[in-house]
Amino acid sequence: MKYVDEYRSAELARGLAAEIASLVRPGETVRIMEVCGGHTHAIYRHGLEDLLPPEVELVHGPGCPVCVIPMGRVDDAIALAEEKDVTLATFGDMLRVPGGRGSLLEAKARGADVRMVYSPLDALALAAKLPDRRVVFFAVGFETTAPATAVTLLRARAEGTPNFAVFCNHVVIEPPLRAILETPGLRVDAFIGPGHVSTVIGTDAYRFIPEEYGRPVAVSAFEPVDLLQAMAMLLRQRAEGRCEVENQYTRVVRPEGNARALAAIDETMELRDDFEWRGLGTLPRSALRIRPPFAPWDAEKLYALPGVRIEDPKACRCGEVLTGQIKPWECGVFGTACTPERPLGTCMVSSEGACAAFYAYGRLRRPAGEPVGA
Amino acid sequence: MAPRRRRILRDELITLAHGAGGKATRDLVEALFLEELGNEILSVLGDAAVVPGAGRLALSTDAYVVHPLEFPGGDIGELAVNGTVNDLAMVGAQPLWLTAGFVIEEGFPVADLRRIVASMGAAARAAGVAVAAGDTKVVERGKADGLYVTTAGVGTVAAGVDLSPTRVRPGDRVLLSGTLADHGMAVMVARGDLQLEAEIGSDTAAVHELAAVLVSLGAALRFMRDPTRGGLATALNELAEAAALAVVLDESALPVRPAVTAACEILGIDPLYVANEGKLIAIVAAAAADEALAALRAHPLGRDAVIVGEVREEPEGLVLLQTTLGGSRIVDMLVGDPLPRIC
Repeated sequence: MKYVDEYRSAELARGLAAEIASLVRPGETVRIMEVCGGHTHAIYRHGLEDLLPPEVELVHGPGCPVCVIPMGRVDDAIALAEEKDVTLATFGDMLRVPGGRGSLLEAKARGADVRMVYSPLDALALAAKLPDRRVVFFAVGFETTAPATAVTLLRARAEGTPNFAVFCNHVVIEPPLRAILETPGLRVDAFIGPGHVSTVIGTDAYRFIPEEYGRPVAVSAFEPVDLLQAMAMLLRQRAEGRCEVENQYTRVVRPEGNARALAAIDETMELRDDFEWRGLGTLPRSALRIRPPFAPWDAEKLYALPGVRIEDPKACRCGEVLTGQIKPWECGVFGTACTPERPLGTCMVSSEGACAAFYAYGRLRRPAGEPVGA
Repeated sequence: MAPRRRRILRDELITLAHGAGGKATRDLVEALFLEELGNEILSVLGDAAVVPGAGRLALSTDAYVVHPLEFPGGDIGELAVNGTVNDLAMVGAQPLWLTAGFVIEEGFPVADLRRIVASMGAAARAAGVAVAAGDTKVVERGKADGLYVTTAGVGTVAAGVDLSPTRVRPGDRVLLSGTLADHGMAVMVARGDLQLEAEIGSDTAAVHELAAVLVSLGAALRFMRDPTRGGLATALNELAEAAALAVVLDESALPVRPAVTAACEILGIDPLYVANEGKLIAIVAAAAADEALAALRAHPLGRDAVIVGEVREEPEGLVLLQTTLGGSRIVDMLVGDPLPRIC
């Protein structure tokens, strides 16, 4: 397939892998964190780790939007879905995320009206079809998906749709990155910057990483050749004594980002004082809420939500996985009490979650050599 | 048998009366189902069909709830015939008779039912099977989504034919009769809720002739499956588990049409997990693999047949994929349906 095959060329990949191998010193360990869950998925799907020299260790980061939603917010969504007049719409992955009271899928089986949609605009269209109900879109995601929610809010206002609302859980990428960079005993030497988030916020948004924390960044696209090229860029920076933000995804990403998308977010949403992240705790100014002029479409204003903080299951170590402190298989319940069929933690739910990706694609490669789960 | 008075179905919509068992039911059965599917066995309209034959029989049944009922490349009627014919063919049987049960929603247009049943009749004739018994129920509006069809099939298995995962050996080759994921992606696109337009047609077809070609190879044919719901990945995982062996696939050998690849890429769906309705997987002894491949390719439905992988001893119970890039990964069982009601 044109424009895909080129980025999956075995020949290009081998060339880049050889360059990566030439840029590391035998026996050292260079830890590169891919921030984005889409990258984690691609790395496992294409078996990319097999091409890398043993000196390069990939650490999976916090950029899976499903994985960072805390259990309390899932319970809030379930409470919304159980309101008599509410039809709750959200992305497929969110349906399976366990909260304190089960998942949305289980709420649906109990009779709640829960629908899967592919975009917030689909949810708005659903509201037009169901005039007697209020369609609430359970919005999640980083700056990648926030513009779509913003545009939907603007359209709901323009069309005066009375029976539509958004339960806003959009988060921003900088605070969790800072949280990771400030983790004592940080195990990360360099970052592969997220691709889709960067189409919106631009590469300049990551300059604090080299400037304040001394770690290089390469923003990357999602195909295997892209990812290998980004790794080579990071290692070349090191070899040449540079430490900066580089852009591998030049075919889409601009240094300043997408001004129109950013303006749409800014018109409809503002930073919350703080927000709880799964596994990372409460981070200040790390999430977005709907601005007051859009209150008629804000589910948090329209309904009294429980808003209870739910402790993660004790055995679940999603937080340490999300910050790259442990690998999925180092969690005691990985593949046993926590599997994609019966996830305990969010990292096992979305295909972009580090645990789900490792379970589905990579569990043969566990250092102990034994496949687990199965 | 005395000639039956010819009944006429004048209704334009299915009503609960058509399911009541009285005259309207009779009109529907005789003026629609018998007209489209009739043969000397079915026309008896007994409680059960009595069919000639002896020896080993293969039985299979399957319910079809696909939405939409008609999609590019096929419809629920054709699917219901081909699906059950294929299930019989996969155990090495010669498919002979089908039964068909229809659950119809009140208000369903008779013209639509006629079209779907006619396509069933055409599929049955093409596959050389007769619909030998049937049943009709009508349920209130809202209690079914238009139409559900259940078919059961009977076929005969020749002496000496024994296909089973336990006959699979390390070194055997995995053959696939054609491109992957056509049916599932055709239905997903046809639903229209993905806002995606693509020219993808379902591959629904009866593959019993392809199967028969392989059965004639004798003991070199170990096992066959049709990779329907859950796709190639699920069928091979079930095999690996049942045989307590590993299956290793070669990603660069997997045939997927460009339009299907594109739709899968956009939707983030792995074609390995998408349903096929006109393909078979065959496990064949290595020495006979080339002969089997040539035999498949000589049939119009097997033109794109390829060897996609091989069976190995280790790691037991798992399916692995050698990626085009030179890496490897596990191909796991499907967790959760990416989209329900695909067949």
